[in-house]
Amino acid sequence: MEEVIRITVDKDYCKGCNLCIANCPKGVLAPSQERGKAGFLVPEAVHPEACSRCLNCEVTCPDFAIVVEGEANEK
Amino acid sequence: MHPIAEKYLRKSALPQFFCQGCGDGTIITALMRTVDDLGIIDQVAFTSGIGCCAWIPVFINADCLHTMHGRAIPVATALKLTDPKRKVMVFAGDGDCMGIGGNHLIHAARRNVDITVVMVNNAIYGMTGGQTAPTTPHHATTKTTPMGNVEFPFDACEVAKAAGATYVARWTTAHPRQLTSAMKEAINHKGFAFIEVLSQCPTQSGRMIYGNSDPVAMFNRYKETSVSVARAGKMSAEELAGKIVVGKLHQIEGRAELCDEVYALMSSGGEGLSAETKVASN
Repeated sequence: MEEVIRITVDKDYCKGCNLCIANCPKGVLAPSQERGKAGFLVPEAVHPEACSRCLNCEVTCPDFAIVVEGEANEK
Repeated sequence: MHPIAEKYLRKSALPQFFCQGCGDGTIITALMRTVDDLGIIDQVAFTSGIGCCAWIPVFINADCLHTMHGRAIPVATALKLTDPKRKVMVFAGDGDCMGIGGNHLIHAARRNVDITVVMVNNAIYGMTGGQTAPTTPHHATTKTTPMGNVEFPFDACEVAKAAGATYVARWTTAHPRQLTSAMKEAINHKGFAFIEVLSQCPTQSGRMIYGNSDPVAMFNRYKETSVSVARAGKMSAEELAGKIVVGKLHQIEGRAELCDEVYALMSSGGEGLSAETKVASN
């Protein structure tokens, strides 16, 4: 069974700086209309199938809020 | 929260109070990956001064001395001398390291004491509201220079190298993976290691110096104006104006290290350093 990428943004920690969105080479992420615990608009994965698991978002996030799990698609 | 943060953060200090988009948070992540890759969480010991970036090591669940403004480096020297097996890392801002703490920096570098100093450079005194620092660019606007800074900034890496640092590197928060590699190299380097990290400060540097407090814009600016050491070597002075040269700038191996020499003296029983030690250090 093909494993799917799951990208989660922890709403308790995200401050909505959007650095993950800016650093994603595949356009996976975009701002959502949901507010986090601190009141900021948090990003969400709108195209998780496009994720190549480069982990740019994880190494850049200043708030340790974003986690990428699963195997990348071959496409 | 990311699993690596679950593993390494001091939960009682959370939530991390940095501004939205602050580069200091990215440095915490790079530091956690450094400590994790090297497996040194029990061996590492941090000292820091005062300022936002001085909280970087405080958020790690490890031994940390959060000291006075400008005094992280002498505390680190003392810590290393009393327990040379510890991997000692200093986190200090540009104002802390080059301003009030400038004298301590040059002497620790001259002594080649085996510590790693990470200078987090936002080119301003951030925590106190955005005053001009020794690294603020010429003609920049700050709270204390609303008409433009008439002083020139230090090149901190040049100062560290001239003072005797045996490992010098510069990266930005737009290069988190390279920063992690440099921290690992610096920790493993025997001798005084200095890493300058340019870190975006949307609230003070962004608003005052660059006229744009968007963290993404500041991050992209780092990416666009950085040049590697190799490429910079082929560029003229005009082409390099306004560019940030990133990479390992300087490394010397094998220079006598302070703790080694002090302990050799202490165990010499009054004989002093051996002839081999004296020859090897020159």
